[in-house]
Amino acid sequence: MALTLTKGNEAIAEGAIHAGCRFYFGYPITPQNDIPEYLAREMPKIGGTFIQAESEIASINMVLGAAAAGARVMTSSSGPGVSLMQEGISYLAGSELPALVVYISRIGPGLGGIAPTQGDYKQVTSGGGHGDYYTIVLAPASVQEMFSLTIKAFELADKYRNPALLLCDAILGQMKEPVEIGPRPDFKDISLPDKPWALNGNAGRKSNLIKSLYLGDGEMEVQNWMLFDKYNKMKQEDTYFETTDVDDAELLVVAFGSCSRMAQTGIDMAREQGMKVGMLRPISLFPFPEKAVAELSARIPKVLVVEMNTGQMYKDVKVNLDRAADIHLYARPGGGLPTPDDVLEEIKKIY
Amino acid sequence: MSENITPATGPKKIMGRPKCLNDVTFHFCPGCNHGNVHKMIGEAIDEYGIQDRTIGVAGVGCGVFLYNYVDVDVLEAPHGRACAEATGINRVHPDKIIFTYQGDGDLAAIGLAETVHTANRGENITVIFVNNTVYGMTGGQMAPTTLLGQKSTTSPYGREFMGDGYPIKMCEMLATLEGTAFVARVACDTPKNLMTAKKAIKKAFKMQIDQMGFSFVEILSTCPTNWGMTPQQAYKRVAAEMIPYFPLGIFKERTTADYM
Amino acid sequence: MAYITFDTDKCKGCGVCADNCPQTLISMDEERMNALGYRPAVFADPEGRCKGCKICAEMCPDICIEVYK
Repeated sequence: MALTLTKGNEAIAEGAIHAGCRFYFGYPITPQNDIPEYLAREMPKIGGTFIQAESEIASINMVLGAAAAGARVMTSSSGPGVSLMQEGISYLAGSELPALVVYISRIGPGLGGIAPTQGDYKQVTSGGGHGDYYTIVLAPASVQEMFSLTIKAFELADKYRNPALLLCDAILGQMKEPVEIGPRPDFKDISLPDKPWALNGNAGRKSNLIKSLYLGDGEMEVQNWMLFDKYNKMKQEDTYFETTDVDDAELLVVAFGSCSRMAQTGIDMAREQGMKVGMLRPISLFPFPEKAVAELSARIPKVLVVEMNTGQMYKDVKVNLDRAADIHLYARPGGGLPTPDDVLEEIKKIY
Repeated sequence: MSENITPATGPKKIMGRPKCLNDVTFHFCPGCNHGNVHKMIGEAIDEYGIQDRTIGVAGVGCGVFLYNYVDVDVLEAPHGRACAEATGINRVHPDKIIFTYQGDGDLAAIGLAETVHTANRGENITVIFVNNTVYGMTGGQMAPTTLLGQKSTTSPYGREFMGDGYPIKMCEMLATLEGTAFVARVACDTPKNLMTAKKAIKKAFKMQIDQMGFSFVEILSTCPTNWGMTPQQAYKRVAAEMIPYFPLGIFKERTTADYM
Repeated sequence: MAYITFDTDKCKGCGVCADNCPQTLISMDEERMNALGYRPAVFADPEGRCKGCKICAEMCPDICIEVYK
């Protein structure tokens, strides 16, 4: 298949179209504006709907309505906007609705800046909003994955009737790489699951109700355990990660997203110098690859977490670490991007 | 001479529960107009035969239990967001009849932006706005439509302009937007007003069926419990205090759709 | 002839029907309470004056009233 030089944000937008998403509701915020702009151009061409909503709050609620109506639907934003969306995301989870929220992170907290970061890891992997729920979180590390994981995210959201989040950052959103993107399938050729629970008029059936309010005595406890079981199923069936050079490794680097690219080059340089280093790259941040961390750290006693924040994924790695392993952190928050040389230096300190 | 004629058929039922309303007791307080509004919505749905293609969006407040009462597909929205959710549903199912059911806190405070922008976009939906000048469900706090001088649990000395602002007139504001097709304010405090309210709600649904654009009906309503009044006193308050500030009438009525 | 029936189980004793009947044929029961704890409305029309105007049923906030004519 021919390769196309594609911008990360646009790969996501095109991926959504390939997945059969025909509804986008969003609001401008740096560094993800390419996504609404691309879909503003493309949706009318394919009979889709694009609305620039009045805020991220309106956006996520339009998403909620369209999801309840049975459509594949998405929005996209960055830190300040996703924070506004948290109530809506909690409602999506509580109402058991599938939808995709694309998160192109920028530094924070507050207005922050527009430089890339991984400082939103803890927000998205803890659900982000109020209540006992989680969102599926996938973390691409290349423009190709921005395309393919967007499609995967829609599939998982529908499979579990749960919101899914694609966690990227400003580098991934803005960079361009050659990508394999096939021709756009016709909507009618895209296989979409049936949604008998959706709201589309009660002709020939009982009325459908989509809600998240459970006031009856004991009702919400049942609901919460039902969601808990759902997340356990996700853990069993849809945990994704990649390992490189771990078979003979004596030091394991754990990194995700764009940071894993810098880390990989640092590891390659370490290998050239004779050090046996490998990498575990979580691709699903929720469910987190707990078993992979436990199994790998059982035979690789030195673990180095490299991330672009003050230490967030570090905690998830630590809690699953084999007791005999040592864990180290190389943390670069606030837009200070680690170079491969920086990573190599850290590896040398510990190896 | 009187004829002993037994009529071929006895008296017929000429008024009862609308077909699309479930036969359950409303949870509303005695003398609350929510029940009247539900009934009028039910009558409109029955009259136009749209039960199987109507989708309701319930706001948060005493109206949140819409789904217990009206037998149609219903989505429960976060507080204030019903108009945005109705927009999402409308874009997926433009052929369906979509209505929101919102109180004054939901629609005019937290949801003001969504309400204004949904009207501005001219979304082909119907918004039912139950205005009782307080937050009812949560115990009677001040709302955007609480009148000057009105005491509430968060304006215990009475609403003052300096500090609280004037009550917001939603109909007048929304009627200035090109996207609105039908904007009306009605009340249920007297039989005459109630019959006008019924007509307005039916008209609003008909505008949507005819794809005319955004239709909006504000119903001045009682909240006897939170006003600290009997139903009789509450009904009188609507006429004595609310209607003078929130005049009844039709503020906008398009004869052609806004996209023409 | 015309008459009305009440679903007294749903009646909340608000009295709005009684307030608005043009023939004053409705009053609130002064002795009985329903299961909700309200004194339900009572229809008494010994002279057959009910015209079936439906005002009571229209005004009732709880859809308790059926009108027959």
